[in-house]
Amino acid sequence: MSTHTTEPALSRPARDGAGSLPRNAEPVRPGPRGDGSTRRRRRRFQPAWLFMAPSLIILGVFVLFPILQTLYYSFFDWTIGASTQTFLGFGNYIKLFQDPQFWNALGVTLVFTAFAVALQITLGFGSALMLLKDNLITRIVRSVYFFPTIVSFVTIGLVWKFLLDPSIGLVGGLTQLLGLQPVAWLTSTSLALPSVIFVAVWRSVGFAMILFVAALKAVPAERYEAGRLDGANNRQLTLHITIPSVRPTLLFATMILTIQSLQVFDLVYVMTDGGPVFRTDSLVNLIYRDGFVNYQTGYASAVSWVLFALIMLLSLLQLRLFRYNDVD
Amino acid sequence: MSTETGVRVRRPGAMTALAASSKWILLVIGLVFAIVPFIWMVSGSFRSESDLFGNPASLFPTSITLHGYLGVWEQLPFLRLLGNTFLFAGVTTAATLLFDSLCAYALARLKFRGRNLAFILVIATLMVPFQVTLIPVFIELFHFGWLNTYQGLIVPRATSAFGIFLFRQFFISIPTELDEAARIDGAGHFRIYWRIILPLAKPAIATVAILNFMNLWNDLLWPLVVTSDPNMLTLPAGLTLFGGQHVTDHAVLLAGATISLIPIAVAFFFAQKYFVAGVATTGLK
Repeated sequence: MSTHTTEPALSRPARDGAGSLPRNAEPVRPGPRGDGSTRRRRRRFQPAWLFMAPSLIILGVFVLFPILQTLYYSFFDWTIGASTQTFLGFGNYIKLFQDPQFWNALGVTLVFTAFAVALQITLGFGSALMLLKDNLITRIVRSVYFFPTIVSFVTIGLVWKFLLDPSIGLVGGLTQLLGLQPVAWLTSTSLALPSVIFVAVWRSVGFAMILFVAALKAVPAERYEAGRLDGANNRQLTLHITIPSVRPTLLFATMILTIQSLQVFDLVYVMTDGGPVFRTDSLVNLIYRDGFVNYQTGYASAVSWVLFALIMLLSLLQLRLFRYNDVD
Repeated sequence: MSTETGVRVRRPGAMTALAASSKWILLVIGLVFAIVPFIWMVSGSFRSESDLFGNPASLFPTSITLHGYLGVWEQLPFLRLLGNTFLFAGVTTAATLLFDSLCAYALARLKFRGRNLAFILVIATLMVPFQVTLIPVFIELFHFGWLNTYQGLIVPRATSAFGIFLFRQFFISIPTELDEAARIDGAGHFRIYWRIILPLAKPAIATVAILNFMNLWNDLLWPLVVTSDPNMLTLPAGLTLFGGQHVTDHAVLLAGATISLIPIAVAFFFAQKYFVAGVATTGLK
């Protein structure tokens, strides 16, 4: 926040070198006063900070400062609006590591993320390979696959909650047609989490697919020709040319989907609200409940920082993992 | 793999035909999975409770009833929710476009001390999941007296690091000769930004606008935290809260979901390439 007020005075007169105009200096107007003093004063003023002010202020007040605030709160038994707050040191973090609710939520979140991302990437990549050709039909199929990605988790959660409902849902209806008992997907302790994972996968396969289609199209055809000349079969081409060529996109998609999955909230909140018996209780669900329903602000802040650390850690790990193979 | 004998020449062709047909079978299964839930949602919004319970295996209504849509009017403050969502998503997107492009202009086009620091700060905020800042932001809004207000909903969301990043990448690709020519003609920075850079950046504007509007329109957690007054809720938050408490009729909720889907679906139909381009270009980075 304070950065934009401290810098301007320090700017030196910019000269980009002979020939080209100074890029950030005010245009040299044939003004009535051509003497050096006003010119210099005008150059000290940096319009750049004025251009950036709205964004930097908002990001400072509502992102950068709050992330530090969260850390600060996490060391207190913080209550919103109270005049004094009890300092706990690492109390909240110690409590967290002894809290079965936290371990449960962490486990649910990790299982959800692992399965959802793996399936989204595999199915997205598979459908991209199948829909690579550009014609009317593939374009329509791609659009249809992509469509669920733009629909809110609330709508999707609601519709699938009803679809999976054993008494009104289409899924239950079809199982009955087959002569089987309808399954209570979302109220079963063993099936609720897989069902939520399925819906998450269903929504984001198209997102992964679009990324992969763009990346696959960018692979130069000569590489395949060279591969074929060397006598590679289709499977070898995929393994040794296609996949290495799209590795940056593979990394990007994995990271985006991982981060999105670790933050899962809407879908769970709408479909199960964490139930049955916390079998689908994600970390953000826990943060929301403790922070905004139970008003355990300090504790919820500690969980928030653990989530932040987890996201950072996994992102760095993925970067490392994908770069590891870069020396071809 | 097993066809290395040169006798059966047509064998590879047959394999491809088999592969092609299995490919299309898989794709059609995918299509069914992708489409049926939406058909069921729309048809369910026209079905009565007894029809839903009586014919769960049917994809279409036995008789069409509008009570779901009437219920949306009667049981939810629907117009208010719809207006709130349009206001929240629309105004926030407009502000984001202005602020992000201004900031990106400085980062891409101006040289000044601290530019790298500013850019790193912006990128750093991209890494922060907004759930982690939720509690302090809630407390800030509480102290500002901004809970349950439009400014509370809009201002904290009125810029996005992602948008700044996207605009910056786009602006960098615009040749600097254009600015220089304008500068010789006496144009200031704001005029160059407004008259030269922005008109050339229409694809970037469309991409940021669409992605932003979509995310805001769909968002649940943020409006849920900032608003508790039913008159200030947005559609996703309203559907979720009312779905749990006041409305037990499935058709009503499906009708609400269908209506809330329409603006996004229409936008997708007409501006599909920007949705796809937005996703695809960021993926190639």
